[in-house]
Amino acid sequence: MKVVKIIAVVLLVAFVGIQFIPTTRNQSNMVPETDFMLVNNVPENIQNKLQVSCYDCHSNNTQYPWYNKVQPVAWFLEDHIKEGKAELNFNEWDSLSSRRKTSKLRSIINQIENGEMPLDSYTLIHRDAKFSEAEAEEIINWVTQLKDSL
Amino acid sequence: MKTIKQKLIIPIIAIALVSVTACKDGSKNEPAAPMSNEMYQEPMDDKDDMSMSDNQDAKAEAILKDYFNLKDALVGDDNDKAKELGATLASTLGSFDASSYSDSEQQDLKDIMEDAIEHAEHISESDIAHQREHFKVLSKDVIDMVAITGTEMKLYEQFCPMYDGGTAWLSTKEEVRNPYYGSKMLTCGEVQREIN
Repeated sequence: MKVVKIIAVVLLVAFVGIQFIPTTRNQSNMVPETDFMLVNNVPENIQNKLQVSCYDCHSNNTQYPWYNKVQPVAWFLEDHIKEGKAELNFNEWDSLSSRRKTSKLRSIINQIENGEMPLDSYTLIHRDAKFSEAEAEEIINWVTQLKDSL
Repeated sequence: MKTIKQKLIIPIIAIALVSVTACKDGSKNEPAAPMSNEMYQEPMDDKDDMSMSDNQDAKAEAILKDYFNLKDALVGDDNDKAKELGATLASTLGSFDASSYSDSEQQDLKDIMEDAIEHAEHISESDIAHQREHFKVLSKDVIDMVAITGTEMKLYEQFCPMYDGGTAWLSTKEEVRNPYYGSKMLTCGEVQREIN
């Protein structure tokens, strides 16, 4: 019994301690001219879905709900954002060659079709980021159109 | 039991209080943090590490050689070998020297290489289904590259109508060995075009 309590206290102290370790915040007030939404004619409902489901990890600006500011969740998120942006940054869309745009759009379609994006670990908390079957289909159709028009 | 609990309650409450104020402090400091590192960005096309590779001026032939090795690994359903060969190909692509081509060709080749490197890198870290998805686009890049650079080799552009709405690849042999299905449908496809 005593051991359990000691462990609980140690964990609590550690939890408090790690809150003081600083993290990099992915935030920017500026939307660059190269942004996906600015250079493409994106219907409003698709814009909303992309913003809510993709932009947190695939742009220069993450919407941080309170729990994303608490460690260790913040670390976990930081890592995903870094990786996500290296893979695809919607804010820098227009700086890609048309070959790479086509490539990226193809990957977007594949990832949504296979249910790999948005990540399960992300939609677990962000329930509104999850695509319903109809939404996934709508987005895939629109992205396919865009890809074919390039 | 009771006394132990009671003894512990006070310190736990104390720590909990500290933790609450700590969180508050953390959020107060926030505005400063994003200012200093706002727009933390990964340079997308920074391939410096690639230029460190051994073969400093890889020619199209070297890329083709690595591409065919990778294709053969996929034909043989060999996920691990394809990973290895994907990494090799990425490094060869990165050291491609386009300086002998015209300006517009150089631009096209640069676009092709950037795209191909990304797919080769993904192949080096994916399961076989993903490797094949990326190999499809990689094949298009390599076919487009050959259209510019040409090659000494005799090549066959082959086509499988079943994979992802129809997909092409290059082979040095006329006989079809399908890299997208491997043993599942080894001979699905046909020669669409001969090069040289």
